[in-house]
Amino acid sequence: MMDRRKLLKVIGAGCGAAAVAGTAEARGLRPMSPKALGLLYDGTQCVGCNACVVACKEANNMPREGDAMYEKPVDISGKTLNIIKAYRSGTATHKDQVPDGYAFTKMSCMHCVDPSCVSACPVSAMTKDPETGIVKYNVEACIGCRYCVAACPFGVPRFTFDTPDPKISKCQLCVHRMVEGRYAACAEVCPTGATLFGPVAELKKEIARRRALRPGTKTIFPRGRIGGGDSYEGVVGHYVDHVYGEREIGGTQVLHLSGVPFELLDKPPLPDVAPARISESIQHAIYNHLIAPLGFLGVLGVLAWRNMRKGDES
Amino acid sequence: MKRLPLAPDESAVIEQRFGMTRRTFVSFCAALTASMGLSSAAAQTVSKALLSAKRPSVIWLHFQECTGCSESLLRAEHPTLEKLILDIISLDYHETLMAAAGKQAEAAREAAMAANRGNYILVVEGAIPTKQNGIFCKIGGKTAIDLVKECAADAAAVIAIGSCASWGGMPSTGPNPTGATSVAEILGKPVLNIPGCPPNPYNFLTTVVHFLVLGKLPELDSKGRPTFAYGRLIHENCERRAHFDAGRFALEFGDEGHRKGYCLYKLGCKGPETYANCPTILFGDAGSGSWPVGCGHPCIGCTEKGVGFTKPIHALAKLANVTPGAFPRPGEEQGEGSTLATAATVAAAAGLAVGVGIRIAKNLGKLDEEKPAK
Repeated sequence: MMDRRKLLKVIGAGCGAAAVAGTAEARGLRPMSPKALGLLYDGTQCVGCNACVVACKEANNMPREGDAMYEKPVDISGKTLNIIKAYRSGTATHKDQVPDGYAFTKMSCMHCVDPSCVSACPVSAMTKDPETGIVKYNVEACIGCRYCVAACPFGVPRFTFDTPDPKISKCQLCVHRMVEGRYAACAEVCPTGATLFGPVAELKKEIARRRALRPGTKTIFPRGRIGGGDSYEGVVGHYVDHVYGEREIGGTQVLHLSGVPFELLDKPPLPDVAPARISESIQHAIYNHLIAPLGFLGVLGVLAWRNMRKGDES
Repeated sequence: MKRLPLAPDESAVIEQRFGMTRRTFVSFCAALTASMGLSSAAAQTVSKALLSAKRPSVIWLHFQECTGCSESLLRAEHPTLEKLILDIISLDYHETLMAAAGKQAEAAREAAMAANRGNYILVVEGAIPTKQNGIFCKIGGKTAIDLVKECAADAAAVIAIGSCASWGGMPSTGPNPTGATSVAEILGKPVLNIPGCPPNPYNFLTTVVHFLVLGKLPELDSKGRPTFAYGRLIHENCERRAHFDAGRFALEFGDEGHRKGYCLYKLGCKGPETYANCPTILFGDAGSGSWPVGCGHPCIGCTEKGVGFTKPIHALAKLANVTPGAFPRPGEEQGEGSTLATAATVAAAAGLAVGVGIRIAKNLGKLDEEKPAK
């Protein structure tokens, strides 16, 4: 057992150590790992076959949603990690056209370079792999606070509210299949390579190559994963001048190309700075060297002491 | 099946003319009626038309082709179709099937055209070369261009059978050295096209019978094809469609997916952009699976202009049947508004909580008052 005097000594020593070890500067940019893995989703190549939605369910052993015979999720949820959605207007007859057109988009975890969910997680349930950059979730560590749900600007982590043993569900880039030498199931089944798996550096090269080509001409598109050997000849899309995920909140490892503006695809305009960086900078400034907390504690102590003295006198 | 009112002597006619029993003939008429999309009551009209003494004269021209279309018709077993083709219609000129040769054959054609002016059916098999005034294909000293124009002038109907006659087909594949083109382009007017390489014999036969029975050609699509046969996308009726939806694809010939009968889309199947009834009508009367995709080869899109013999066989198809309306919109979220029952339950719970709160507050006050009394 520890007496009162000893406890105060230990606390004092701890505060001193914290004050010395504390970092002073605002947190800097978090760089992407050179071995970061990710996906490229090219909406102009997507044919809307939904094979990726089905493959994702199978690969991650996700439960069915709704109808037992014909499953048709409308959004990612505690049971669905990946979904293809379609913008449409007017007659919806022309692909990748805004009036009277339609365009596909994919919704799944963007695997941010500086993820808000990891920053917000009070325990170590959400982690970012230092090498692959995959944002992983550990159900054993999770306390169910759902801070990650609130923190994610893309609305990706979802909570399984309908079970007594709930957990967060989100895409983890099929990290469990990589042990078997396989990769993201959505990219593996994609018949047109619209969802392409690979190192982000390679994906960015592929994006630059596609954007440099003249729209409407033919080119060879890799299929499955970059360097996997499978490819096919397809038509270069009319891309909008924006690669979604290249700059958004400090960059993401899942990158999107599209033939229509991203605002129409519910891909919100986001600042270049990661919210995690801002919030952590504020937090770290407040607790810098523990000066502010100790000062506040001092003020409280003085007030308390004065009040106590007044009480004693009366 | 409803018994068709045929006179006893008609059975003898059927036996003699078609070489089949009355029962087989009745089934045959019903099958033809069904493939035309007519009700079973029309089977009677079909049988009457087929039994009528007047058989329409048919002139069948061959140009740049392999005779595969004629062979396809002869191979039909449903039943002995060659007998039917020769007996329902009066085939007055067909280079492969007729016994006549040389000047005699050309004379037969001219005689038939003169005798049936304005009433005969012209069937054209094969593309027509146009380069160097069409010298690449001549019959009896006449070019294909002249022949088709001459024969079409007084025809009641012109039918282009096979992909070659319908839109140029294989002879028109780049670099197209002979300038092969379709019947419709030579005549400068739309004709009835039965594309396919070869086309399904029943699609041709049904068209002819439709013309005989109703006196007009069946409804056509924008490419001049009868909609009863070419109105549906192969992809929509394919037995391998479930594998496409589930993302299970054969990646190369003979791999595990191919042996398991997975979707052939990645091998270049043109089913998603080709309109034809192959998956439903099948070929050769050999039962299920007897069509290209059924036996493991990707569709090459032979019935579709701009696909068959134009796109490389293993090039990826462009999906013609995307229905954006079937997808959730971006930003669409799961869940629905609260139901009346949910709202009532929540209201009841809230009411209960308020009531209990009031009771507790009252009792608290009472306890305080009671204490000093003790």
